[in-house]
Formats: sequence, C-alpha cells, structure tokens
Amino acid sequence: MHEMAICESIRQIMEDQAREAGFARVERVRLAIGALSGVEIAALQFGFDVVMRGSVAQDAKLEIEEVPGSAWCMPCARTVEIAARYDACPHCGSYQLQVTGGEDMTIRELEVV
Amino acid sequence: MSQARLIRLEADILGKNARYAAANRDRFTAQGILALNLVSSPGSGKTTLLCRTLEMIGAEFPVAVIEGDQQTSQDADRIRATGAPAIQINTGKGCHLDGHMVGHALDHLVPAEGSVLFIENVGNLVCPAAFDLGEGARVAILSVTEGEDKPLKYPDMFASADLVLVNKIDLLPYLDFDVDAAIANARRVNPRLRVLKVSARSGEGMTQWLDWLRAARAMALAARVPVAG
Repeated sequence: MHEMAICESIRQIMEDQAREAGFARVERVRLAIGALSGVEIAALQFGFDVVMRGSVAQDAKLEIEEVPGSAWCMPCARTVEIAARYDACPHCGSYQLQVTGGEDMTIRELEVV
Repeated sequence: MSQARLIRLEADILGKNARYAAANRDRFTAQGILALNLVSSPGSGKTTLLCRTLEMIGAEFPVAVIEGDQQTSQDADRIRATGAPAIQINTGKGCHLDGHMVGHALDHLVPAEGSVLFIENVGNLVCPAAFDLGEGARVAILSVTEGEDKPLKYPDMFASADLVLVNKIDLLPYLDFDVDAAIANARRVNPRLRVLKVSARSGEGMTQWLDWLRAARAMALAARVPVAG
C-alpha cells in the first residue's frame, strides 16, 4: 500500500540528482530491495510507471535486485538466510535470530543522458 | 546524440524521511520529551485507550497528542475533551504518518519540556512500519477481538515495536482468543518485545501501563541533552 509513497521518494531523489549532476533524463534505474523491507516488488513495479509520468524518469526502465534476508542465529553463532521475519533458523530451528540484512531499500545506480 | 552515463548512487530510498525523523528525535532528546508512536489496525481501541491513559495521567506530567487519520478530526476532538492539547493530521490519501508531517505538527503543537507526546498513527498495520517518526518507542496495540496470528501476518510492525499492549482483555471470557499464543507469535517475530495486557474499559492492567510510561519518561528526562547556548 505504501509502494506509491516509496515511488514518490524515488522520483524525488532522481529529480534532485538531475539538478545536482546535470542530466536531462533517466533511461534506467536499478534498485536493491531487501526481502524484509516490507515492500511488495510487484506493487512497486506497478506504481513506478504511474508515479514517474512527467518526471525526468518518465519511461525509464526499472531493474530490481532482490537482496535476501539474513540473520544472526545465536545458538548456531552464524549468519543464516531467512525469507521472512518469523522464520526459524534453517539449521537448528531456533527463533533466536537477529536480523542483520535485507531490510534496506536503495537506489543503486542510474543510467542517464 | 548525447552519451548515456552511469551514476552510482547507493541512496537510501527512505533517506529523506530518515532525516526528518532524526531532526524530530534531536528535538525530543533536547527537551526530554518521550515520544511514542502508537500503531495498530483500525478498531483496536487505540483512541479509547489513549483517552483513558490521559485521564489517569491527569496533571502528573505534561502530555501532548498528535492524531493521524485519513479524514475527520473526531479523534482529536475526543482527545481535547480530556483536556490534553492535541493536533489532528489528515493524511488524505496517505496510509501512514511520516517524519515531515510530525515535524510540522510539532511546530504548531510545541509540547512542553519533559512531556509525553503520544503520536496516534493511522490505523494500519502495514505502511506505518516503514516510516520512522523520530519516536523514542513504538507501541503496538493488539486487541483480543483480532486474531492471535496478527503478529505473523504483519511481522514488520511487530518487529519494529518496543511494547505491545494487548487490549480489551475484559472481553476474553467471551472469545476464543488465545493470549499466550498471540504473545508467543509476537515474540517469534521480535524476541525483545515487552507485552502488557490491558483493558481501557475495565481498567485492568492500566496501572502497569502507567508504570511503564513513568519509567520511560524518566529515562527520556535523564538522557536529556539540552541544546548549548
């Protein structure tokens, strides 16, 4: 539901960048979206084209890199991969996990002209 | 033909909100204000719980309230009826409060030093999870008329909460709600979560909630960093 707000933040960052770095158009944007960031990638893709209309990124190609969720398992004392926050450790079954990665959403790079 | 070029950014998409939230947090820290972000699904009894809390606090310490709703000022009106200063933010089409809106509300509300600021977020267990407001603690309210699997269905919210208030426990005799299962589910998502069982209606558990508030406020006051000059 808040994917539109996320798209608006992306648009804002690109508009700011266009002024700072002096470019006219974004041809391609690459995002890294963590599996635990709470964002639905399909909804983000859906909202992207609509929100980018009339901006420097109108008709830009959207690429999304999915970053897996990772957590530190206390009993195993090692980093494990998880798909959701309530997942148990895939090795020992414990829920004593501390999320260490896959929570962020970043704009990796822009291809601009 | 102009040449395409690549700009490496590594920019946090929520970076702007994070900056507004940090500014709010600095303001709270400087003035020893305990800011609480109250989140829940619609109908959890959040506003009733808040009104009851404000009545119990009375004149013990200063309070202020920011109300977030898509439409109407009904909730702020209910809060003002308790005597607490309140400001209503209508998010319109928005599904959550953000750091910028709260900063703007603070300019108008100007909570007193050492006060407890309650920020009642839009009733929604999904979107408000992603937006830091600069709060000192996030309090999720889960009522027993909802399912005990809510923490698993909306893990982001419960993962980011500091305290869960299980509300409407006076209704437990009439429901199949398994409180222990709900708490276990919440702790599965967030092992550090604190849980209090309350009823705004019967008053059960409200003294413990007040104790939690007093302790959290004392910590905010003790950690106060007044702005130099």
